[in-house]
Amino acid sequence: MTMVHDNDGIVLTEEEKRRRRARSVATALALAAMAVMFFVLTIVKLGPAVFNRPL
Amino acid sequence: MSFVSEPAELSVTTRSVTTRLDGVRVVGGTAEVSDFIALMKPRVMSLVVFTALVGLAVAPADIHPVLGFISLLCIAVGAGAAGALNMWYDADIDAVMARTRTRPVPRGRILPGEALAFGMTLAVGSVAVLGLAANWVAAGLLAFTIFFYVVVYTMWLKRATPQNIVIGGAAGAFPPMVGWAAATGGVGVESIVLFLIIFFWTPPHFWALALWRAGDYERAGIPMLPVVAGLAETRRQILLYSVLLAPLGAAPWLLGYASAVYGVVAGIGGAVMLMLAVAVRRTDGIAGEAAAKRLFAFSVLYLFVVFAARLVDGRLPMFGNLM
Repeated sequence: MTMVHDNDGIVLTEEEKRRRRARSVATALALAAMAVMFFVLTIVKLGPAVFNRPL
Repeated sequence: MSFVSEPAELSVTTRSVTTRLDGVRVVGGTAEVSDFIALMKPRVMSLVVFTALVGLAVAPADIHPVLGFISLLCIAVGAGAAGALNMWYDADIDAVMARTRTRPVPRGRILPGEALAFGMTLAVGSVAVLGLAANWVAAGLLAFTIFFYVVVYTMWLKRATPQNIVIGGAAGAFPPMVGWAAATGGVGVESIVLFLIIFFWTPPHFWALALWRAGDYERAGIPMLPVVAGLAETRRQILLYSVLLAPLGAAPWLLGYASAVYGVVAGIGGAVMLMLAVAVRRTDGIAGEAAAKRLFAFSVLYLFVVFAARLVDGRLPMFGNLM
């Protein structure tokens, strides 16, 4: 738990920096998984028709 | 929102910086990844996913395996969203109950505002993706399930009536219908039967827990049946709902949807459930508490076995042809 001092701003401890890093990695993995999911979803829903569009 | 009774340790606000009662200001954004996972109630999620899988698998329509997987993922995330929103709203009463006081919000690991944002994001995302991946009937049902759990159960019924978990139990009963709708685009009679099994299973399951946690609920001011009507009346109602549940569990076989093998499994399970409910009704004191714990533990097994039997029965036709 971070103490907040009015003049110092927020100073994270090493433990809090580790947690922030872990949250960032988890968020990145979730976003990557969503991108893959939307790609696969599109291919499955449209099939070969995904390439069949007017240019 | 404002919390009327604040936890002893933490003055809860929805801002990213909050002040503890001892005057120390603390900030949000310090949670572990595991705190956010805990916020989604993973144990409840696992039951939701399993019952939704059964609804999806026994539905009389085939769904592409990838779309089926994404649909289940959406249902799981939707359930997680409902759990997060429940913990956001209930932080004040969670803080005074032994069973829930270590949850991330009352412990101060996640601020209420963070839980609210997390829950809303997951709720909107899961409904939207389910609509795109499967169909909008399933998405609508999932949205209604989240709404029912968060608004009807958590915000309204839970603190207002001893029938809270009876009516609110509908939220936990919807997942097989959502799974069924994801596969078929509609609602079938069997999916309603699966809904009813969970609906009538919920009161004996939760009241068995409430029998030995009554003090907790009383401290939190939640009008659970043992607190409002007493232990004897709760035991009577547990038996009543178990009497209704036993034949209902076998209903998929009685209505011709499932094989006799399923009927036997559900029949035996229902009979054991009934026996344990009779034991709860007849005992008191420490023996009564032990009987309630046995019923609670078996009720979890009962639901799992009945739905697993229906899953095997529905996906392996030769299983049914044996009888």
